[in-house]
Amino acid sequence: MKTEMKKVYLDNMATTPVLPDVRRAMLPFLTESFGNPSCLHEWGDVPRDAMEAARRQVADLIGGNPEEIIFTGSGTESNNMAIKGLAMAQQKKGKHVVVSAIEHFSVLNSAKTLEKWGFEYTTVPVDKNGVVNPEDVRKAIRSDTILVSIMQANGEIGTIEPIKEIAKITKEKDILFHTDAVAATGNIPVNVKDLGVDALSLAANMFYGPKGVGALWLKKGTRIMPLLDGGIQEGGRRAGTENVAGIAGMGKAAELARVEMKVRMENLIKIRDYLIKELPLKVSHVIVTGHPQNRLPGHASFCVEFIEGESMLMLLNAKGVGVTSGSACTSRALQASHVLLALGLPHEIAQGSLLFGLGTDNTKEDIDYVLEVLPPIVERLRQMSPLYSKFLKQEKGE
Amino acid sequence: MPIYSEKVMDHFTNPRNVGEIENADGIGEVGNPVCGDMMTFYIKVKNNRLEDVKYKTFGCGAAIAVSSMVSELAKGKTLEEAMKITPESVVNELDGLPTVKHHCSNLGAQALHAAIENYKEKQKAGGQKNG
Repeated sequence: MKTEMKKVYLDNMATTPVLPDVRRAMLPFLTESFGNPSCLHEWGDVPRDAMEAARRQVADLIGGNPEEIIFTGSGTESNNMAIKGLAMAQQKKGKHVVVSAIEHFSVLNSAKTLEKWGFEYTTVPVDKNGVVNPEDVRKAIRSDTILVSIMQANGEIGTIEPIKEIAKITKEKDILFHTDAVAATGNIPVNVKDLGVDALSLAANMFYGPKGVGALWLKKGTRIMPLLDGGIQEGGRRAGTENVAGIAGMGKAAELARVEMKVRMENLIKIRDYLIKELPLKVSHVIVTGHPQNRLPGHASFCVEFIEGESMLMLLNAKGVGVTSGSACTSRALQASHVLLALGLPHEIAQGSLLFGLGTDNTKEDIDYVLEVLPPIVERLRQMSPLYSKFLKQEKGE
Repeated sequence: MPIYSEKVMDHFTNPRNVGEIENADGIGEVGNPVCGDMMTFYIKVKNNRLEDVKYKTFGCGAAIAVSSMVSELAKGKTLEEAMKITPESVVNELDGLPTVKHHCSNLGAQALHAAIENYKEKQKAGGQKNG
């Protein structure tokens, strides 16, 4: 008889699973409560009430006011809306934007689009752990700078950025500050007032909510140009009939994240630190990427030298382990991760990237399983790697 | 559905002819870590035929499967026949590759051809071997 293979999902930075309570909160809006929340009859009342309840739940998670929450279709949409929408609304004041080198593509490519629209942007570097130096942000700010966007935590290397310190500078200079908190929100404490930002992006599927729903928190009184023209949903800032089921799910997920955060974090940090400590002991020539301590609770990322990430993740998949990589081969653009290159890692090392996104379902046994199956996979790929044989020959020669 | 065909997965998980040939008659090295893949092919030639073909590959699943398939296709062929192995034929033999991975098949054929060219150059420079 064939025994069931062990399955270990460790790709929670790609998406988390949907919690049962979240799914339950969504189902009525896919069945009997199908109405359009813009409608004034009773079919519209129930979904409208659900949306407003979710708005409060999301606001509570980040310490904002419900009327400051704009529901969107994803973290990517929130970032696009913040960068393009805030810049366009302020273009009379200036046409310069500052971002970091390790932003998500939804921020970087939005900045590139602004460039085509006649804006300019400056990219601030990061150190070898992926940390932005607030003084570099200060130096990048010009008299015509209107917006700074630095992520709260990086999804690829887990590093948490000094948002509060950067906010002091933007406040002093009277410039809007947006933070992409998609990877952070729901996983670490995020409080918009405490951070001192003007806009913040989040996405439900990073904290056990559904895919296809995100939000932009926008400080009261901040002007923004909508991306979509249409009706007056979301106060006229995001047209289109709302994804009510998704929004209800996001609300429930936000509530659970707020209530359970401390316990989740404690458990995740324990198994994360175990993986970060043990993997380099089991496999030689492994580099931990991102900040060693100041990183997302469930985030462990590495570069395994002399081999390539996609082949590692495929062999891990054959063992029932789901992970991801920032290698060129895994990206459709066939370019090594801009984040890993920004850390100063050479291409051949960046190609060996391996990213573990641990979630609330994971246990120490899951990590032990990875520590058992990964070393032979690495060994096998190294045995067929020309880079490894070159390295061995060099070692012998010395 | 997985992105790779069963045949690609078979060659990736059980790659044929992996290794180096000591005192190889020709060596072909292509690619670089910037694009993500590197392949080194080693050939042994006897009576104008590829008596042995081995390789080492740094790269993704497709790059490894391509190397394995190229080595299998080339082994036993005359040099002229081996020069006719094209990226398209490799892709076909593997029951297809995702479009973004087609460059891997180019690399495989290039590395084999580079090894054959290297053998021919050595022949010209260093006199005859085995006819």
